[in-house]
Amino acid sequence: MKILVPVKRVIDYNVKPRVKADGSGVDLANVKMSMNPFDEIAVEEAIRIKEAGKADEIIAVSVGPAKAQETLRTALAMGADRAILVETDDTVEPLAVAKILKAIADEEQPGLIMLGKQAIDDDSNQTGQMLAALMGRPQGTFANTVEIDGGSVIVKREIDGGLETVKLTMPAIVTTDLRLNEPRYASLPNIMKAKKKQLDVKSPADFGVDTAPRLTTTNVSEPPVRQAGEKVADVDAMVAKLKALGIA
Amino acid sequence: MKTLVWVEHDNKTVKDATLAAVTAAGKLGEVHLLVAGSGCAAVADEAAKIAGVGKVHLADDAAFEHALAENVAPLVVDLMGHHDAFICPATTTGKNIAPRVAALLDVMQISDILSVEDGDKTFTRPIYAGNAIATVTSSDPKLVITVRGTAFDKAETSGGSGTVEAVASTGDAGLSTFVSSEIAKSERPELTSAKIIVSGGRALKDAETFQEVIIPLADKLNAGVGASRAAVDAGYVPNDYQVGQTGKIVAPEAYFAIGISGAIQHLAGMKDSKVIIAINKDEDAPIFQVADIGLVGDLFKIVPELTEKL
Repeated sequence: MKILVPVKRVIDYNVKPRVKADGSGVDLANVKMSMNPFDEIAVEEAIRIKEAGKADEIIAVSVGPAKAQETLRTALAMGADRAILVETDDTVEPLAVAKILKAIADEEQPGLIMLGKQAIDDDSNQTGQMLAALMGRPQGTFANTVEIDGGSVIVKREIDGGLETVKLTMPAIVTTDLRLNEPRYASLPNIMKAKKKQLDVKSPADFGVDTAPRLTTTNVSEPPVRQAGEKVADVDAMVAKLKALGIA
Repeated sequence: MKTLVWVEHDNKTVKDATLAAVTAAGKLGEVHLLVAGSGCAAVADEAAKIAGVGKVHLADDAAFEHALAENVAPLVVDLMGHHDAFICPATTTGKNIAPRVAALLDVMQISDILSVEDGDKTFTRPIYAGNAIATVTSSDPKLVITVRGTAFDKAETSGGSGTVEAVASTGDAGLSTFVSSEIAKSERPELTSAKIIVSGGRALKDAETFQEVIIPLADKLNAGVGASRAAVDAGYVPNDYQVGQTGKIVAPEAYFAIGISGAIQHLAGMKDSKVIIAINKDEDAPIFQVADIGLVGDLFKIVPELTEKL
């Protein structure tokens, strides 16, 4: 069985995004970029499934600029077998990404497609569900545990109020939540080895996908800033304040 | 514009998250509802009473009992033949279903909207964990939207006179099955609808201490209980307690942040709370930059004293 793992190059998790003064977007010049953390979890889970002998090949895919090759090399260094970059400098929305991924899945025929539940830049939380819809296959979103069971995958999902377990007939799409696993660091030898692994570069046109955006962003602004209030000296002062506000 | 709002429910009663989505839908036009479930006629009757609601579509079938996206999406797509917008609360159910519907309709979903702007099909939504707000306009013929519950007032649960209309089931897609669920049963208010929330961070040391320190204060205030990601990762409380970018987004009347430093991922989940109260031993903790009332000191002394004096 093949596992397809789509990954996205995004602003690093630890960097505080700065909104451009002209309202055109977030400033990404000279900002550290990394693999979307949820996608890292997806890569890790795919590797663990392969290590357990339940998958033969892991293919990492990214849709994005030439520099997304770095992100794919990270996935290869972690343990993916080969990679495909669908190169474009345009903004590609989740719907178009899902269409490209469907085309790749049609060629590669993976039993499982494992991706992050959301990217930490646009916070859309859509691509996995959209891909599942386009492929007419089941989706296990927000996965907390994943277990391959013959021709099915059993996914425990993080939902409001607790956990839910569903059984999906493969091929299936799984999106990862935070606590599915802790991704490994790539070792230096593996980083070196990853440089020699196969990485194919394609374009959206190769898959006949129109990536013209459906949404127009007219402005990006800072959220309203919350002003700090005051520090109180002791519990009595806090209780008095709370009472004055009608909280207690 | 004719909207179709997904009613969040447990086959017995309407969940609060629905009400903010109804308000958002009302800003776009006519509000119709979809109640999909199993043995859920009472939910449809209750939903019909929500202020401003027109038709309530009731799809009652075993295939819809657990709102599996694979089964529900084709039903919604059918109904979208005569609706212009599909609107879900941005709950885990809504986030699971809406994109599947959007892809089947070939439209780009607009996630987690904060407002409906003047003019056609323009909305604001948070990006980068709420560190930026984007204004977006859709060019699609139909809209698929998820609604951030804390950004809209809740619609009144009475005064409406919607009519319930049964719709034919689209059946079981045969792709997925529900196995089980582990839903924490609690007398406490749910995090996303609680008026007061008491949250604890890593400083609480362990699960036992969290219980001993946080719970009595929460009990006293009849508050929901939340936690930072650090506290959840350390195993003090279950996953669904997590407040933050990837956890729950809350905006209660009062939010108590206890032993929480205030990482941006946490602030993203609670900074719209009306009043923020912070207790932390580090006077430079970022949480104090957003707190209305701050107290620097040892939480193990302060919180019990506060609990006693309230």
